[in-house]
Amino acid sequence: MELYRSHVLICGGTGCTSSGSDLVEERFNEEIKKNGLEKEVKIIRTGCFGLCEVGPVVVVYPEGSFYAHVKPEDAKTITEEHLLKGRIVRDLLYYESLEEASDQVKSINEVDFYQKQMRVALRNCGVIDPENIEEYIAMDGYAALGKVLTEMSPEDVINHIKQSGLRGRGGGGFPTGVKWSFAAGAKNDQKYMICNADEGDPGAFMDRSVLEGDPHAIIEAMAIAGYAIGASQGFVYIRAEYPIAVQRLEIAIAQAKENGLLGKDIFGTGFDFDLEIRLGAGAFVCGEETALLQSIEGYRGMPRPKPPFPANKGLWQKPTIINNVETLANIPQIILKGAEWFSSIGTEKSKGTKVFALGGKINNTGLIEIPMGTTLREVIYDIGGGIPNGKKFKAVQTGGPSGGCITYEHLDQPIDYDNLIALGSMMGSGGMIVMDEDNCMVDIARFFLDFTVDESCGKCTPCREGTKRMLEMLEKITSGRGEEGDIEKLEKLAYTIKDSALCGLGQTAPNPVISTIRYFRDEYEAHINDKKCPAGVCKNLLTYYITDACIGCTKCARNCPVDCISGEVKKLHVIDAEKCIKCGACMEACPVNAIIKK
Amino acid sequence: MENQVMKEVLNEKNFAALDQVIEANKDRKGALMPILHEAQNIFGALPIEVQTVISEKLDISLAEIYGVVTFYSQFSLVPKGEFVIGLCLGTACYVKGAQNILDRLETELGIKVGETSKDGKFTLEATRCLGCCGLAPVMVINEKVYGRLEPGQITGILKQYK
Ligand SMILES: Cc1cc2nc3c(=O)[nH]c(=O)nc-3n(C[C@H](O)[C@H](O)[C@H](O)COP(=O)(O)O)c2cc1C
Ligand code: FES
Repeated sequence: MELYRSHVLICGGTGCTSSGSDLVEERFNEEIKKNGLEKEVKIIRTGCFGLCEVGPVVVVYPEGSFYAHVKPEDAKTITEEHLLKGRIVRDLLYYESLEEASDQVKSINEVDFYQKQMRVALRNCGVIDPENIEEYIAMDGYAALGKVLTEMSPEDVINHIKQSGLRGRGGGGFPTGVKWSFAAGAKNDQKYMICNADEGDPGAFMDRSVLEGDPHAIIEAMAIAGYAIGASQGFVYIRAEYPIAVQRLEIAIAQAKENGLLGKDIFGTGFDFDLEIRLGAGAFVCGEETALLQSIEGYRGMPRPKPPFPANKGLWQKPTIINNVETLANIPQIILKGAEWFSSIGTEKSKGTKVFALGGKINNTGLIEIPMGTTLREVIYDIGGGIPNGKKFKAVQTGGPSGGCITYEHLDQPIDYDNLIALGSMMGSGGMIVMDEDNCMVDIARFFLDFTVDESCGKCTPCREGTKRMLEMLEKITSGRGEEGDIEKLEKLAYTIKDSALCGLGQTAPNPVISTIRYFRDEYEAHINDKKCPAGVCKNLLTYYITDACIGCTKCARNCPVDCISGEVKKLHVIDAEKCIKCGACMEACPVNAIIKK
Repeated sequence: MENQVMKEVLNEKNFAALDQVIEANKDRKGALMPILHEAQNIFGALPIEVQTVISEKLDISLAEIYGVVTFYSQFSLVPKGEFVIGLCLGTACYVKGAQNILDRLETELGIKVGETSKDGKFTLEATRCLGCCGLAPVMVINEKVYGRLEPGQITGILKQYK
């Protein structure tokens, strides 16, 4: 391998690619050439660094200088100053990298966002080039598979995973080792290992980042799992909406095959394992394991009743294990570093780390990985950097459409599977959305119900009909037609659906409603009794007014799409409330903030 | 309009490509989904004519194939517009005001979510998390991503495509 003096890591995750990191890379290549640095500086396109908020992100090693919001034209400055002359370009650094007082430059690992994090599943994301198997191998890649195949029996592997305490990261939290032992115990000539990369939570993207940033880790883990349970064939079921992830995984599979790490007689041990990609086609319910099996088999993705469980009768009726991407990303590390190491991280019943997609009303949106047991307050204020624009924190939503809200009083609770459930939410796959005073909780409940109604597969009545009725009730309330007794009706229906739906989708669909009623009943009551939306979100309950601050500039009237604002130049304007469609265009247009909504 | 587009895509060359795809995949277990994906890439949609061919060659009833095609939201019976606008209605984007952007898109384009404009130019879709919540609210037009949107920007952005 060639040695380079500096490495320039450019984030190629979806977030940074969206903010233009392709162009940045192109310009860096040009500049490096122009300055004759090809032999000294290596450019690497990595997976996600996590701090998508300040993308495109570029990190220069060995210094670990963390450049944020890098524009294509900055490539020239960084090349000429930093790479050529060794002077870090302070103006372009992530704001927190520069210690004002001492004028010290912090490396990327020292900034607050990363300090409280611990990267196990994401350890290679943003560190290696995901399209290069050698870089993965240089990070001990495939060493765990080698160890397993040459030194451990399948029972050893399963016991090891059991001892580590690893629980499924796909939502359910079932102990992974125990699950594997079910399939290992099933007698059959053919078994299957499946990776669930359907990532259905509409506000989460960690599985995608792992696949985009470290695809070989998933391949290695699947081969290990295949060995443990006795499967020679694996499938990765991945969303078609993730083109970059699919492409990187395809490349990685081809490289693994070329290197004899997939296919027949791996490491000369006689163990065969092959891997195929199957694309989803946009159905949330296909993240549910039995629906996923239906989909791979080529049917409508409708869940099957359990039992029989997939570990006994799964894909084509053969014993099958389905694991989530993040669960698998932990496996090679557990093998290499030991079960004790893993179980020393986290809380009593939740071991290891968890990745969260931190989003919504928070300063540092992005992907974070924390030891279980970290408090919500640490996540939101220390890592997340708090709420933007001086607004007040209202709630944090975890578990996506199956989860619930957690309020200010509970911010000091440690995050683990059992605590979140006790708070009426759940871990889910790791979406963590922060809401401030401008978010209406009834509207959020309506948003999630709208999602589940859309995604209900229609097989069982409680979910198909019940969620629709709940949505109608919520729409009635948010549009100002709520009546006394509606909250109780909603609650009753919610518990009925929970008890009677066929699969996890229906059983958890009412959670966002139950949880928001539990913590924000007053907001529901304000909508129903006072016909007011305290957060100012629900359109039918709002009226726009122009206050005396109006300077008569006519901007609002010109921007109104329905011509409902009248007034003469330099005189107070008025909104015709009858005609107003409450689109807010006038409010945005007003230069003096004279328009308010109540 | 739609019929015209349909006639154009249902040509011999595309059907030959479809035959190849079916030939290459038909002995795989669970071949239907991969074939449908490829077929949609070839034709831009999965009209009944295409489904019929797949049904005959795979020996799966047309009713079953139609059931599968209509179950998954990625599969479409009719071709999409020249520009597909995907507005993210993921949680992070929703919390940051994606609904207002959607309302504005619907007014500007005169179509609702899931519809295609009469001239075949725009299709408006709501997507789930696109993985760039840091840029919320986010919209994608074909491949181009627009982030940190405000309703006021919509008119200007759409103008570039009209
Ligand atoms: C409606 C529904 C959607 C689900 N979506 C996903 C998903 O997108 N990704 C995932 O890994 N698990 C999802 N699950 C959980 C899976 O059924 C399954 O428990 C999981 O993939 C098992 O892997 P694990 O043990 O590694 O967590 C979903 C479950 C339900 C009920
Ligand atoms: S929620 Fe819109 S990009 Fe994640």
